[in-house]
Parts: sequence; structure tokens; C-alpha cells
Amino acid sequence: MNVRLYVWQRLTAAVIAPLVLVHVVVIFYATRKGLSAADILARTRGSLTWASFYGVFVVAAAIHATIGVRNVLTEWSPLRDRGAGLLASGFGVLLFLLGARAVVAVVLP
Amino acid sequence: MSLWRGGEKGRYETYKVPLRENQTVLDVVTFVQRHLDPTLSYRFACRVGMCGSCAMTVNGRPRWTCRTHVSRVATRGQLEIGPLENLPVIKDLTTDMRPFFEKWQQAKGAFVPSQTRGDEIERIRPDSPARIAADAAIECINCAICYAACDTVRWNSDYLGPAALNRAWTLVNDVRDGATSERLQAVAASGGCHACHSHQSCQELCPQQLNPTASIAGLKRRTMWAYLKGEI
Ligand code: SF4
Ligand code: SF4
Ligand code: FES
Repeated sequence: MNVRLYVWQRLTAAVIAPLVLVHVVVIFYATRKGLSAADILARTRGSLTWASFYGVFVVAAAIHATIGVRNVLTEWSPLRDRGAGLLASGFGVLLFLLGARAVVAVVLP
Repeated sequence: MSLWRGGEKGRYETYKVPLRENQTVLDVVTFVQRHLDPTLSYRFACRVGMCGSCAMTVNGRPRWTCRTHVSRVATRGQLEIGPLENLPVIKDLTTDMRPFFEKWQQAKGAFVPSQTRGDEIERIRPDSPARIAADAAIECINCAICYAACDTVRWNSDYLGPAALNRAWTLVNDVRDGATSERLQAVAASGGCHACHSHQSCQELCPQQLNPTASIAGLKRRTMWAYLKGEI
């Protein structure tokens, strides 16, 4: 890892940490209140707040995980910087697409 | 005791040595070479913990053998002594230290003067924060024990390792040195300080009680700010 990746990884971690906290609290709230899927969708559909909340979450998590996976690959597989970077980027794109699909599914009206 | 014999593809062989009071691991290795098998290869020079040449793997851990008492490390009267980990084995207990020292050079471990002999001698206050940081890390004897103990070195052959980075940290804190930004650039690249996982095996086993983990953490901070300010 070089300093550029290090800064990005710390930065995205700093973004993710509070979002995870809010996410967990929301799950807790939703189950406690016994909200149904329809109740939840009623709150998220068309909401710019939830769209940006989970949008930022997905982007930060995809970047963070890409850098982490790249590190694991350079240390624990025979791949070097380039190969590990490519493979990890592929994984990151997949993660982003899956996340973005989920966000779109719950926020599009 | 069992000693590693041969090169990379060698094996452990067993020897019986007398148990004496106040005996170091280096003493028993020397006993084998003097009395049992003169072809045994190993390194030492000072025998008093200054030169850093006698490091070996003793019962699974890298140790300076001239200052390690048998009584402290033997388990049930047994010792297993091999060459240092993470370095190519030449023969028996000797390793090829070149990769270790080449990484000191890559980390720009050499002092670069910023003045000439015509200049006034620079006054350095021993109690200035930079000098305190440099002093805390300066007593390295280049023994490679930390390098052998580091898992990141094992996993990533490009990783500069604790000793070279610890050395870079002392120079970054030396106000007389004139190559700070080149050095920060060298240690901020792939395989540099950001590869360290802060496992602390290095500081756990450093015979000089240095703390390379702390030095590396210092480099991480310094390089990060230099990067954010666009200096490197
Ligand atoms: S703290 Fe860093 S340098 Fe020291 S053993 Fe761990 S990974 Fe290696
Ligand atoms: S930092 Fe400690 S363990 Fe590492 S080479 Fe220097 S003296 Fe040896
Ligand atoms: S022989 Fe010099 S440090 Fe051990």
C-alpha cells in the first residue's frame, strides 16, 4: 500500500463508521416498531435523504473494500501490485453495482 | 540441541553439549564448532551485543545469541537453533543479509548532509522534540531480528521492513539532514511504511528495546501530511 491508498482507505473508513452506526440504529428501530416492508418502502421511496445516505455508504464501502482486498491479495496470493489492483477493482465494481441496485430498489418511487 | 545444517533445503541435526552455568546460546554453538563439527557455519564478531551479527532463530524466535542465556530460552534442556527467517539461507546458521541492507538503501537510510565543513557546527538541543524522537530510535545494531520477526516481511517481499523504516524515521527527525522529502517519498511508496500492520513483533523482540512500530507510525503520519499538502 502506498500513501495515496492509505489516505483513501482511512478517509472512506471515517465516512463509513458513522453511517454504519446510523444504519444499525435504524434496523433496531424498524424491528422494534415492527415496521413491515411496505412501511419501510413508504418512508424510503422518493426520499432524497435515504438515497444520498445509502448512496454515499455504497460508494465509500466499495472504495474501502477494494483497497482492503487489494492488500490481502498482495500479501496472501502470488499476485503483485498490478494484478491484485485489477482483481480488487473488479470486485469493487461488483460491490458497487450490487449496492447501487439495492439503493435504487428502495428509493426509486 | 538441534542445529540447522545445509542450505535452504537442509535439516535439523542433533548434538549433545555440556550444560554449564552462565552459558549463552552463542557459547553452545561455538562448542559444537570447536569440538564436534568444525564445518559448522555461523556468524559472530563482538560477543557483547554491539555488532548485530550473531542473530539466529532460537526455539522459534529470533534472538541475539551472544546475549541470550541458555537457561532463559531452553525448554526441558533442549534448544533448536536455525538461521534467521525471511532471509535466504547460505549455509547452516548463516543467512544472506543483502536484501535486508538493500532495503536500508531503498528507504534512504544514509545521512545526506545539508551543510559543508566550512559551515558553523549546528547546535542541536537534546531536549527538542525532533531530537528526542530520533534518539529513541537511534541505537539499532542492524541485527535483522525485527526483520525476521515481521509477518509483513514474510508476506510481502517488497516491504522495506521495521529496521530500515526505523532508520528512516531517525533521519526524518535529524534537522541536519537535507533529504527529507526524497526519504518521505521513498517510504510512502508501495512496500513502504503503510504496509505495516502494527503487529509489534518487531518491538517485542528487538534486543535494543527499540520500538520500530512507533517509528513507522510516525512515518505514516508524516508522509500522510506531506502527501495532503502536496509536498510528496
Ligand atoms: S509492527 Fe510493522 S514492522 Fe513491526 S512486526 Fe508488525 S508489521 Fe512488521
Ligand atoms: S531495530 Fe532492533 S531488532 Fe531491528 S535491526 Fe535494529 S536492533 Fe535489531
Ligand atoms: S556477536 Fe555482536 S551482537 Fe552478538
